[in-house]
Amino acid sequence: MTLILDYSALGIATGGLYALIALGIIVIFRASHTFNFAMGEMMTLSAYLFYTIAVTYSFGIVAGLIASAIGSVIVALLIERAVLRPMVGQPFIAIVMVTFGVGSVIRGVMSLIWGPMDRQVPALLARDPVMLGEIFIPGKSARAFAIAVVIVISLILYLRYSRAGIALRATAADQMTAYSMGIDVRRVIQFAWIIAALAGSISGIMVANVNSLTPHMGLIVLNILSVIILGGLNSIGGCLIAGLIIGWLEAMTGLFLGGEFREITPYILVLLVLLVRPNGLFGTKEVERI
Amino acid sequence: MSDASNSTDMTKANQMTGPGNIRAASVKYGILIVALLALPMIAPPFWVYFIAILGINVIAIYGLNVMMGYTGLLSLGHAAFMGVGAYTAALGQIHLNLPFWLSIPLAGIITAVIGVGFGLPALRIRGLYLVIATLAAQFILMFVFVHWTSVTNGDVGLNIEPASLFGYRLATDTQMYYVILAVLVASTLFTANVIRSRVGRAFVAVRERDLTAAVLGVNIVYYKLLAFAFGSFLAGIAGGLLVYFNSFVTPEQFNLQVSIFFLAAVIIGGQGSMLGSVLGAIFMTLVPELLRLGLLAFSDVFGFDTSQILVPLRETIFGLLIVTFLIFEPRGMAHLWHRVRNRVVPREEHV
Repeated sequence: MTLILDYSALGIATGGLYALIALGIIVIFRASHTFNFAMGEMMTLSAYLFYTIAVTYSFGIVAGLIASAIGSVIVALLIERAVLRPMVGQPFIAIVMVTFGVGSVIRGVMSLIWGPMDRQVPALLARDPVMLGEIFIPGKSARAFAIAVVIVISLILYLRYSRAGIALRATAADQMTAYSMGIDVRRVIQFAWIIAALAGSISGIMVANVNSLTPHMGLIVLNILSVIILGGLNSIGGCLIAGLIIGWLEAMTGLFLGGEFREITPYILVLLVLLVRPNGLFGTKEVERI
Repeated sequence: MSDASNSTDMTKANQMTGPGNIRAASVKYGILIVALLALPMIAPPFWVYFIAILGINVIAIYGLNVMMGYTGLLSLGHAAFMGVGAYTAALGQIHLNLPFWLSIPLAGIITAVIGVGFGLPALRIRGLYLVIATLAAQFILMFVFVHWTSVTNGDVGLNIEPASLFGYRLATDTQMYYVILAVLVASTLFTANVIRSRVGRAFVAVRERDLTAAVLGVNIVYYKLLAFAFGSFLAGIAGGLLVYFNSFVTPEQFNLQVSIFFLAAVIIGGQGSMLGSVLGAIFMTLVPELLRLGLLAFSDVFGFDTSQILVPLRETIFGLLIVTFLIFEPRGMAHLWHRVRNRVVPREEHV
């Protein structure tokens, strides 16, 4: 029984990070109907920037965090301006493919620069385990979870009540109307990419802390697709709950069926969700049946 | 991707029906086929191997192009579907002793069934969902290939006997080359005819404006499923040929990178173009090879080991090519080729 609780806690702790990464994808999707397959690579790149500044050039952790945040925002804005802006008006599929291509480029370049080996990023998160009554949670995961949840909730609140968040929702509801009401849609899209870059920067550094840093770390995003589908593609709040559910389910299949089944749990779940409830748990009727 | 590409399809179809053009086209394709038939007698063995692999890739890419280019259904699981065909053919020979001529079509049919099984939940809905369902197929099928060891023998893979056809053992590359060539010609004719038929026009209609197509009486879900089944069928055929050509099958031949390879080949070659499938396959098979040779020469000159950077360099270049073509030439090399030809040869000769 305690084993189940331990695994549940660990799974839910991982789920918090999933939610943060999913948030980055959903914000961009809300603003511009672009599904960003390059999110994982943006995330990994920010972790490498942190590593390079903090460890290779030993400027310290704070400088590393700042450099990572600034660097990832610049990269995100570059991608938006140079690759996605020219694609406006193209079919949805073409835009998905182009982000896939961008991800491939970033992944390749990261391998060229930093090589294929594992890197240990400096420990930001304390290692000593957290005990919740009888339940044992590994320290890094527990702290990463706490940070991720705080960030996700404050972002959700910010996007709900700030002017920028309202502009984002107006753009998501109807781009033309938002534009004619004086909302600068381009700025909204840039704002979404900045939010995504910052979410990616924080989650990238934390994932690198919990696991280790390799050029292929970003492939974790392919698991997060299931979080997004389960939560509902257009639901910013849904991703938090869906993230926790998926994290928990992965841990449970890992416990009962063996570790190798973990990797396909999200995908089986995605197919089930598509079959039963394609809008996800919290999405609105954006799905178009034909 | 626009109405214009649709109209080029139509003009091409019209060109085909002109009597003079049929003769010209027959001569052109006749020369090509004779050249391909004669190739093993004059070219070194490496070329025979290379073109056989290329032929298999072209068959698979025809399938993906019908799904992506003509019908607008993006698949990230094409390599895994090819794997289903390969394992079907291998297991058919090992356990049921199926003859070659039966196992190849069977590989296609089983793959089509499995492909439709994965596509079904998503094909009812528009947009992103099919991408994710096919990605799920890629990972779940890979998982089956790797972990169902009692059947697939895991990472080690399966070895099979060479094919035999009409009592002849097809043990050498050259013999398999001719079989692959025959299947390639058959699938070219088959695909071209499907595309030119009512079904093909329905595919294009679904891609361009699905609602309009529905209003005009095209059953969208039916045609999407048909396109998906067709694409998976060709992937399965290609997979079956691949396992007989190599006489072994391992899971890593069908991983996500291979799916991305196929995706890139369709985008770079030209979506919605048969010629594009061929050009894309040639280009995507040649580039890594040239890259490898180039790096080898480079490391000889400068005396350091470049083999480590081959894989990431390839990944970067594939990605750059995808992005560049999607932004600047969404209709791919096929369209580039038409433009260059129209500039060199006066337009009247084609119309």
